[in-house]
This record gives sequence, C-alpha cells and structure tokens, in this order.
Amino acid sequence: MSLITLHYDVPGDDFTRAGEASGNVKTHLKKLGFNPTVVRNVVIALYEAEINMVIHAGGGEIDVEIDPDQIRMVLTDHGPGIPDVELAMQEGYSTAPDNVRALGFGAGMGLPNIKKYTDDMQIETEIGVGTTMRLRVDVPA
Amino acid sequence: MTVKEFAQQQSLTVAVEGDLSREIGGGYCGDLLSWVMSRAESDDCWFTVMGNVNAVAVSVLADCACIVLCENAPLDDDAKLKAEQQGVNILLSEQNAYTLAAALSKAL
Repeated sequence: MSLITLHYDVPGDDFTRAGEASGNVKTHLKKLGFNPTVVRNVVIALYEAEINMVIHAGGGEIDVEIDPDQIRMVLTDHGPGIPDVELAMQEGYSTAPDNVRALGFGAGMGLPNIKKYTDDMQIETEIGVGTTMRLRVDVPA
Repeated sequence: MTVKEFAQQQSLTVAVEGDLSREIGGGYCGDLLSWVMSRAESDDCWFTVMGNVNAVAVSVLADCACIVLCENAPLDDDAKLKAEQQGVNILLSEQNAYTLAAALSKAL
C-alpha cells in the first residue's frame, strides 16, 4: 500500500490547465518532506509528460503513487500513439504544430527530459489506440 | 540581492508581486520552456519573452525567484492571474535579456 495515491484527469488542448497535476504533486511532495532534487526530478518529468498529453493525445489520465523510497507515475492516453519511439526519444525531434511552438514548446526535449529525470521510463504505445508511460523516480537513502 | 532590490536597481515594473523579498541566487535566459525547466536552477531570475500561462507553470516547477519579461514582451491576462494565484514574481522591462543578465551578474 502506497503512502499516497493521486489521480488526475488531464483535459486535452487546454494549455491554461496544463501543469496543474504537476504543481499539485509538487505541493504534496514538499509537504511530505522529500528532498528538493527528488521533487524537481518528479515534477520536470511529470510536466513534460502532461504537456505531451495535451499537445499530442487530447488529454489523458495520470496516476501517482508516492512511497518513502520511490515515486511511481502512470500516464495513460487514448491518442494516436507514437509511430517511432526511438526517433521520438532523440533530442530535437518534434512533431508539435506551429501554434504549440509559438507557446515555447516543441523543442523536441519532452521525452529526453523525462528519461533524464527519471530512474526508469517505460513506454507502451499502439497506433490508433494510445500510449501508456510508466515512470519511476527513486529516493536516495 | 532580493527580487525587490534588483527591480529597483534596474527600474523594472512589478506586474505581479509574489514574494519580492525572495533572494535571487543566479540568472537564466531562455524562451524554450522545456529547455529552461530542465536547466534553470532554483532561485534563478529567469529572463524571457514568454509571458504565457505555461511560462508561469515552468517558473513554479523550476522554483525560479522571478520571471523578468524582457523587451516589453506582453504578459497574457491568464498568465497574470495564474501568477497571482501561485505567488510568482513577474517583472517587466524594456531592456533585453543580455543587458539585464549582465547587470544581475555584476550585482550578485
């Protein structure tokens, strides 16, 4: 049984609400006394994943489990899926449209950042069905 | 140096007052949000032209001391509201990021 479980519904195409889940998780982690590096790693990875959901998948759901030794996040969407995960993982590769780039996104750093700031990242994706991303951040002893 | 002291020194306009007594630890210039979020340090003064609601979210998540909107870049209404709710300091300037960052570097 996890210390805390959190669930968020992420609306699609609503950039004004993107970041609400990440911000809320940050508040929880700070209150629980996790060290700033762990908090930062979790929220950077989660925000990138949350933004990806909004940009590419029409929203989705986020489940977070917080334990003293690790934080696990599962992000599920029913978007178009990722045709080439290896390509999408390359820094600088982006399929974000121009209107999204104008907001300051679409630098092709989303997935690389998520990988960089997590201890484990698993992507299950199927074209036309959706994507599930499982992330884990370990808490140093 | 606090956010308030830097604002006074550089004649910056305070658009949103969060905690102006917050100490500035360093500076970061950038407009690509993912780039900034992963590289800006906690307590940085962030110089940018991105005045949208997502910039406010990035500032909160990266724990920046303040956002400085350079070269009269506009602050969106929903971004202002979000910053007020989240207590994010937002300052405005007609100067560019280079000039302001250089001034901050001297001051720190």
